[in-house]
Amino acid sequence: MKVSLTVNGQRREADVEDRTLLIHFLRDQLDLTGANVGCDTTSCGACTVLVDGESVKSCTVLTASADGSDITTIEGLSPAGQLDHPVQKAFREKHGLQCGFCTPGMVMAAISLLEENPHPTEEEVRSGLEGNLCRCTGYHNIVAAVLSAAEAGK
Amino acid sequence: MGTRVLRTEDPKFLTVGGTYVDDLRDERLTGAAWVTYVRSAVAHAKITGIDAEEARRAPGVLAVITGADLPLPPIPPQFGMNPGFAKPWLATDVVRYVGEPVAAVITEQRYQGEDAAELVVVDYDALDPLVDPRQSATDQQLLFPDAGTNIAAAFAIGDVDGDMFDGCEVVVRQDVVNSRVAPAPLEVRGTACAWGDDGRLTIWTSTQNPHAARDAIAASCGVEPAQVHLITPDVGGGFGAKIGTSPEDILVAILAKSLDRPLRWTENRSENMQAMGHGRAQHQKITIGGSRDGKVTAYALEVVQDAGAYPNLGAFLPFFTQMMAPGVYDIPNIAYKSVSVVTNTCHTLAYRGAGRPEATAAIERAIDCFAAEIAMDPADVRRKNFIAKDAFPHMTPTGANYDSGDYAGALDKVLAAAGYDDLRAEQKRRRDSGAQKQLGIGVSAYVEITNGAGPFDELARVEVHPSGDVTVWTGTSPHGQGHATSWAMLASDELGIPVERITVKHGDTDEVATGGGTMGSRSLQAGGVAVHEVAVLTVERAKSVAADLLEAAEGDIQLDKDRGVFHVAGSPDEVKSWPEVAAAAAAKEGTERGLVVEGSFTAQGATFPFGAHLAVVEVDTGTGRVDLTRVVSVDDAGKIVNPIAAEGQRHGGIAQGAAQALLEEMRYDPDGNPVTGNFADYGFITADLLPSFELVDMATPTTINPLGVKGIGESGTIGATPAVQNAVIDAVAHLGIRHIDMPTTSEKVWRAIQEGAAR
Repeated sequence: MKVSLTVNGQRREADVEDRTLLIHFLRDQLDLTGANVGCDTTSCGACTVLVDGESVKSCTVLTASADGSDITTIEGLSPAGQLDHPVQKAFREKHGLQCGFCTPGMVMAAISLLEENPHPTEEEVRSGLEGNLCRCTGYHNIVAAVLSAAEAGK
Repeated sequence: MGTRVLRTEDPKFLTVGGTYVDDLRDERLTGAAWVTYVRSAVAHAKITGIDAEEARRAPGVLAVITGADLPLPPIPPQFGMNPGFAKPWLATDVVRYVGEPVAAVITEQRYQGEDAAELVVVDYDALDPLVDPRQSATDQQLLFPDAGTNIAAAFAIGDVDGDMFDGCEVVVRQDVVNSRVAPAPLEVRGTACAWGDDGRLTIWTSTQNPHAARDAIAASCGVEPAQVHLITPDVGGGFGAKIGTSPEDILVAILAKSLDRPLRWTENRSENMQAMGHGRAQHQKITIGGSRDGKVTAYALEVVQDAGAYPNLGAFLPFFTQMMAPGVYDIPNIAYKSVSVVTNTCHTLAYRGAGRPEATAAIERAIDCFAAEIAMDPADVRRKNFIAKDAFPHMTPTGANYDSGDYAGALDKVLAAAGYDDLRAEQKRRRDSGAQKQLGIGVSAYVEITNGAGPFDELARVEVHPSGDVTVWTGTSPHGQGHATSWAMLASDELGIPVERITVKHGDTDEVATGGGTMGSRSLQAGGVAVHEVAVLTVERAKSVAADLLEAAEGDIQLDKDRGVFHVAGSPDEVKSWPEVAAAAAAKEGTERGLVVEGSFTAQGATFPFGAHLAVVEVDTGTGRVDLTRVVSVDDAGKIVNPIAAEGQRHGGIAQGAAQALLEEMRYDPDGNPVTGNFADYGFITADLLPSFELVDMATPTTINPLGVKGIGESGTIGATPAVQNAVIDAVAHLGIRHIDMPTTSEKVWRAIQEGAAR
């Protein structure tokens, strides 16, 4: 079927198989390989992107059902390659990443969390990121990064 | 060295993401077809037929390959194990675990592979599964008749059945399960490759160990290692599970050759959970004896290691459990015995700590059981038995030569930082008042071995280019550890050239001649030290070049590291810069590269980091629910290069240790079906279940290497696992409970409380 959506500010039209998941559309058809596939049960959140401003696990969304939506992936945050977004900056400053595999999803989930709750407590950050798995950091510095980004946004 | 330097790796990860195998868009992979494996759905069965006809007719299918189509002998086990345990590339006669590859489907597109794999019909004639290694150790049924035994490896020191406990006032025995867990790196296994017209293979694979992977792939493809160009792209975590190269990875290269097509393979998470390999999986019997004043005089550990269906590295790891069995204690009588046995489950392999966490968990449980028996504070029992600070180097009865340590110092630091006395007072208040939420305080003291298995030598090359930029090549292969930053720091310290101008290259076998990879917490003390040593040599060579330029004696030349310039001692104004020196070296050597220095460093031996952890939990005695509220850790790994990276290693390890203690477990039902074979069913630890960790610094240098450094990668799992488990048991100890096996889930804790109440 034909779909038309906006990805990182660009209008995209494409013909996709009905069953194509949004994450596969982004990765395989648009070559936006930032978001990753880490599981097959919507558990890990490595594929998290923003759909109309809200974080969504893009392995759970059919491309067809995202027709007409506005999608933002990690690649859309800093088109010039700088760390423009305060959450990106905070992840670097607080060492909120190691192998980097969960990072694009984690950053998008954190952005969405802070949109909803600009001044979260540590507990709120932890429960807000509960759907995004990380194996390297023990979440310690991810949580520190999100709290630091919130502080910077005050 | 020792300064907090932000990682140079990060901007890429944070803007476009890393480039993992599945992200590759390399032109050499243009037109690549996809490999999808058909895997066994049963744990133990004879294969009576494989019907792939319908699959072969499915859209996009290029080939369906079964074991019968492969003219390859089965893969013998490593470490000198019985060749009767050899693993077929694709099962032909018998399947021995759920997830074992039975056929490979090659399709034009990825989705087509999933569809076609479902059309391959495998007929099975069920055999009895052996799932419990204790049963397998004595069972009449042989999983590998050719091997003639179910035991793949055995180790022993002393006599666990002897008279070593005679004369002990107190002897405590406890059976302990060190549960099977999934390494679960967020990036699953993946390989992509293409054979060139020149007969060379270019292959990308997600590995911790590029040169060993290259050699294994070359041998299996029947070509020389030089014919294989292996490129390690970004690797999304390994944790030990990507040290070896799995047959599924190698088969991609073999099939690409026979089909004359570039091929790609990325497994899915269920495959990863069922077939990549698991960690731990030991059944332990501990016996500890001593006097009522708290002195431990004898300790015996018996281990049945589950090796899984095809013995792999996991079968060998009880060797390290043996070596580290006595832990931080000066115990005169030690005995150890282990057997590694095959079962109808996935093989076991290295997982963060790899045999050492199992040793620490056992002795730290033993000490707590002993303390409970004599009603002494567990911290006091530890203090009473530590190897003394002035006793290093210390050779243990199990053959470990501890280089340096201060175990009492580490424990004192952690107890002080945690406020141990206040915690015990709060615990007493809650116990006295019969509060529903009881407090548990768990302590562990550990020592571990890093760079214990080598390889002990590592290569480094430093090139200072005429531009003033530097390139460093290393044989280590980071996958999150941040070597690009830390190795640049080590070079920068010697060269006086800023980290930002230093690029570190790794993981490409055409660019790096040899390499030992990254595992066993070896990288810094082998590869990092090699970079340091070669950087020192580079400065010496540069001084010789600068001496010519400045027309002075080489011995009079000094490097001003702040300015990055060379000058004659006493004449700081007439200088030669690094670019000038590099250009002169380039002209002299007839190369454009600049000043090129290559060398290697061979570590004298292993080092033994140590520390102490304290965990605090709240246990709801009504429901059994456990909340981990604090982890305080002292992890002494000698001198620290980049505290940011070292702390990150500790955080991650602590979380994985807590995860095993609290909830993660790879389980099989009695028929050998994995019941936690994906991320929906496996208790992968999440952010809401953990506190922020309280890290306490301690740095006791080693003399084993010139930097005074030890490994830090695995300390977290080694220290935290028993601390958290001990805390949970401590919370309900006053209810008559001595032991709860990992993972200490709500259900297990609740049941223990009920049984305690019934006693």
